[in-house]
Amino acid sequence: MRLTHEPPAPRHYALMPLLIAGVVIVAVASLRLGPVTLSLDRLFAVVMGHGDPVATTILLDLRLPRTLIGLLVGAMLGLAGAVLQGYLRNPLAEPSVLGASNAAALGAVAAIYFGVAGWHPAMLPLLSIATGLIALLLLFTLAGRAESALTLILAGIAVSTLAGAGISLALNLSPNPFAAMEIMTWLMGSIENRSIDHVWIVLPCVIVGGALLLIDRRALDALTLGEDGARSLGVDLRRTRTRLLLGVAIGVGGAVSVSGSIGFIGLIVPHLVRPLTDRSPSAILLPSLLGGAILLVAADILVRLIPTTSELKLGVVTAFLGVPIFLLHLLRERRTW
Amino acid sequence: MVTIRVEGLCANLGRRAVLHDIDATLAPGALIGIIGPNGAGKSTLVRAMLGLIATTRGSVTIDGRAIATLPPRDRARAIAYLPQGQTLHWPLSVERLVALGRLPHLGPMSRIGAADHDAIAAAMARTDVAHLADRIATELSGGERARVMLARALAVGAPGLAVDEPLAALDPGHQIDVMQLLAREAQAGGLVIAVLHDLSMAARYCDRLLLLDRGTLVADGTPDDVLTQDRLRAVYGITSRIDLGATPPLVAPLDRWTAAPDHGE
Repeated sequence: MRLTHEPPAPRHYALMPLLIAGVVIVAVASLRLGPVTLSLDRLFAVVMGHGDPVATTILLDLRLPRTLIGLLVGAMLGLAGAVLQGYLRNPLAEPSVLGASNAAALGAVAAIYFGVAGWHPAMLPLLSIATGLIALLLLFTLAGRAESALTLILAGIAVSTLAGAGISLALNLSPNPFAAMEIMTWLMGSIENRSIDHVWIVLPCVIVGGALLLIDRRALDALTLGEDGARSLGVDLRRTRTRLLLGVAIGVGGAVSVSGSIGFIGLIVPHLVRPLTDRSPSAILLPSLLGGAILLVAADILVRLIPTTSELKLGVVTAFLGVPIFLLHLLRERRTW
Repeated sequence: MVTIRVEGLCANLGRRAVLHDIDATLAPGALIGIIGPNGAGKSTLVRAMLGLIATTRGSVTIDGRAIATLPPRDRARAIAYLPQGQTLHWPLSVERLVALGRLPHLGPMSRIGAADHDAIAAAMARTDVAHLADRIATELSGGERARVMLARALAVGAPGLAVDEPLAALDPGHQIDVMQLLAREAQAGGLVIAVLHDLSMAARYCDRLLLLDRGTLVADGTPDDVLTQDRLRAVYGITSRIDLGATPPLVAPLDRWTAAPDHGE
């Protein structure tokens, strides 16, 4: 018999160290690369506090907030996707499936539409988080006391569609093409020109949301056996669901409020890391978190490097990058579905 | 040791009343079979006894404690459960799947330890799936997967075990293996509850049978008491040949019994 007293072996011991190294590499690359390339020497000088003023401004005011937001948003989307795929037992689940993304986007659109966004840079994200939480209340009301994943998905679709209708209404009624354009641009998703204030908005959301999502990793494993199977293993499904919905609303809502809607990261990253683990829902959580951060920052570097006349949006790039990777991967992994 | 007491139990699925006024005390050291036709409420009774569905009336207690007030983890450590036709949502390895049985024993941050590994290995050996440890569970045959799922339930190491149709999809050899395993589990002092369709197997291995018909407990006793031709005709609507004195005892369904619309005894 093969079983001995060893800890359960992940399929690839090097996975986490490689992903952590990947995060460091893309973070440094993201600080260096852009219209002006900064050498490592200049970067180091700024860090040590005696850099030249140009490099200091570029690094601290532009690239540092942008990189941090990219890492935080990507990590949140990757983790939320992995958790929701495990919880809903559906490989198609992604952070937007319960309506949190659309609801947060609706708040942001309302802020732009009513001009509230102009009052203070923090107004748009805060309004966006508020609508995300309102959508969560609506979701709880709709899904009621039922514990089944299907009820929750249906309620999520209802919330998501309603928020989508609200966004369309704002576009429909927008007083002039420029207002509509501004809304469309925001919806495409970008982390350009974000300040350190935005970091302070998204950071607590991602920490609280991420912590709530990581608590229930064992419950996600138990759900591999279905709802009855999980409950017979001592999982309190109602508490699990409450923590999970709060985590998604706060974490994803906070991320979307600063970055706009960025698709595909939450869908594809769990699929990319799953074959490198033992495939249990808990094993893909941290790799998805790191993988999401890497992929989003890498896409953001591409946004800066690809020369286009009008600026490329991050959400567009992640979709174009994501779909081919996803298809290739699915063709290779088809046997397991 | 665990004792389940069911008193005046009524339960609904959706709006339909499925169980009516069930009374039974299930004591340890016995293999108790739950039999009855499709839709009689067998699985619902098991799920109600495990606290997995809400009851409309009556009570279920485990060792004197009401099931509804028992913390979920305590309940999980008292009775392991193998649902009917257990589905598996992710392509886990067999070993990883069996290890899920240890979840009720793990804290949120603790890792699987030596005792857990022993329980996992023992459970896999007992259901004859140790050689499948590295295979992907979703790629096994139906019978192999059923045994892996049983190993998962055994790995919990609970004093109580409830299995819903453990013999479906098993070949005759493994059916005997599983029934012997359940009987040994009961002889060792466990409480084993099994929903069964094979009446010969039920007669041969069970110490006690509960016969359900349309949500009502119509007979409760030893196989000799419960399995009579009249009862099988009334409950299952079949004629049968029953020889409980034979070794092994045999219950052979013969034909559909269609004489009268009123199935009175």
